[in-house]
Amino acid sequence: MSASTVSAAVLPVPAAQKLAPPDVARATTEPVWVRRLLITLALLFLSLFLFVPLVSVFFEAFKKGWEVYVAAITEADAVSAIWLTLTAAVIAVPLNLVFGVSAAWAIAKFDFRGKSVLLTMIDLPFSVSPVIAGLIYVLVFGLQGWFGEWLMAHDMKVIFAVPGIVLATIFVTFPFVARELIPLMQAQGQEQEEAARVLGASGWQTFWKVTLPNVKWGLLYGVILCNARAMGEFGAVSVVSGHIRGQTNTLPLHIEILYNEYQFAASFAVASLLASLALVTLVLKYIVERRVHQQMAQAQQAGAAA
Amino acid sequence: MIFSKTLLRRHTVLPGFDLALGLTLTYLCLIVLIPLSATFLRSTELTWDQFVEVVTSPRVMASYKLTFGASMLAALLNGVFGLLVAWVLVRYDFFGRRFVDALVDLPFALPTAVAGITLTGLYSANGWIGQFLEPLGIKVAFTPVGVFVAMTFIGLPFVVRTVQPVLEDMASELEEAAATLGASRWQSFTKVILPILMPALLTGFALAFARALGEYGSIIFIAGNMPMVSEITPLLIITKLEQYDYAGATSIAVVMLVMSFIMLLAINGLQAWTRKRQGK
Repeated sequence: MSASTVSAAVLPVPAAQKLAPPDVARATTEPVWVRRLLITLALLFLSLFLFVPLVSVFFEAFKKGWEVYVAAITEADAVSAIWLTLTAAVIAVPLNLVFGVSAAWAIAKFDFRGKSVLLTMIDLPFSVSPVIAGLIYVLVFGLQGWFGEWLMAHDMKVIFAVPGIVLATIFVTFPFVARELIPLMQAQGQEQEEAARVLGASGWQTFWKVTLPNVKWGLLYGVILCNARAMGEFGAVSVVSGHIRGQTNTLPLHIEILYNEYQFAASFAVASLLASLALVTLVLKYIVERRVHQQMAQAQQAGAAA
Repeated sequence: MIFSKTLLRRHTVLPGFDLALGLTLTYLCLIVLIPLSATFLRSTELTWDQFVEVVTSPRVMASYKLTFGASMLAALLNGVFGLLVAWVLVRYDFFGRRFVDALVDLPFALPTAVAGITLTGLYSANGWIGQFLEPLGIKVAFTPVGVFVAMTFIGLPFVVRTVQPVLEDMASELEEAAATLGASRWQSFTKVILPILMPALLTGFALAFARALGEYGSIIFIAGNMPMVSEITPLLIITKLEQYDYAGATSIAVVMLVMSFIMLLAINGLQAWTRKRQGK
């Protein structure tokens, strides 16, 4: 017998429960038919713009059968595109990770002049068109660029070569980690680190043992988003790549080449690899997001209690 | 030591400010600021009149009209449906809600080239969606409408993701008070809920608009890229680059960059407004 039934048997029913239930629910939500209509409309919109395109990628990829699919993704040019895409991500993500952590440490743990300007500057790459992100490196490292002649004289190539692709990838993924870490670390404040310092921890010990465990989910979240964009970037990389098959072709560029050659099945096969990556990203993002919210909520509660 | 002596507002026992800020600024300058400034410096190679001639030539003007117009319409559509989707996700429970919630971010995660070829396939005359529009005389792929569709796709998550948290945090007391005072449900929505959501809604709209302005990958496949008709401004930059017209490409890039900076400032302002309204 549960506690509530005991109390109901012993105590008189409160007066309010005898009256008709107050119409709070009806006053603060919509009639059933409105709810159903709105849900239907929202789902129709999302199906048309998200679900149908997602399904069609895989449908088109396997349209000509399994053999065509496997041939398309194991062909030499596709494999070298996969390698180049991985290479660019493997260089760009860790660099932006280190940058993101150091930017977040400076911005969240210290109070200094020019902070808001710095924050805006960090966001710059997000507001710049990917095409311009590519163009700026052509202007600096291209043949007619600032360092063009010097690079040529030393037999080095940045534009139409791998370094240019890596640079463009770094630029477009620049803010991801910093952006996730800064609000989280700001909410957490600096008391824990200060306590660690007062108790004799060195700066690095404080960072590794106090700060990093506190922000690990936020960090992972930033890395997931950063990686997805690094592997999928098209516009910026397209400007600096030169589209040399087997050498400077990333996966997204390979999709374009196949598509323009009317090899639609192959093109969608390669596209389905990136679409799978997008799905994995969404799942990881969904899992990690909840942990980040927890860390954020804990930080805010601690802040409110202090 | 230089930063901690000059910039720090108050003393702290925490170390590493010089290292962290030094590293941040160096990386920021090398990757972003110096290359970006190259654009502005290179555009000064033209005289003012030449610059104006490039950036106001008919083909470029037509591309602005398309890019701005389609971005605006796509952001508006996303404003309406983004609000609807956020509302439905926060307020109602239905089968598959979590799945739908996670799927909203697809345009952020799906590479633009994949989105581009997929939308083109769907909306071409014999595609899954295009075959129903064709008999009605509506052509989407390889027309300006295609540009609008691609921009709607890539801008879709912005409004949802800015409005959703505000809607989640909204105290139910406000609506209850409105209802107690005799407001109809529609009145509560338009006079109480909508004004609270407005800063977030505008922020989402501005983010979607800004993203659409610069978008390239998903659009070039579906647009058809006909000069004067369905050619977006970022594509013109690439076209000029391929013709080794660096000055021309840079000039158009400067116009776009200035627009982006204005949008960035506007978005910062809107976000500050949202936070103020939220009392955070």
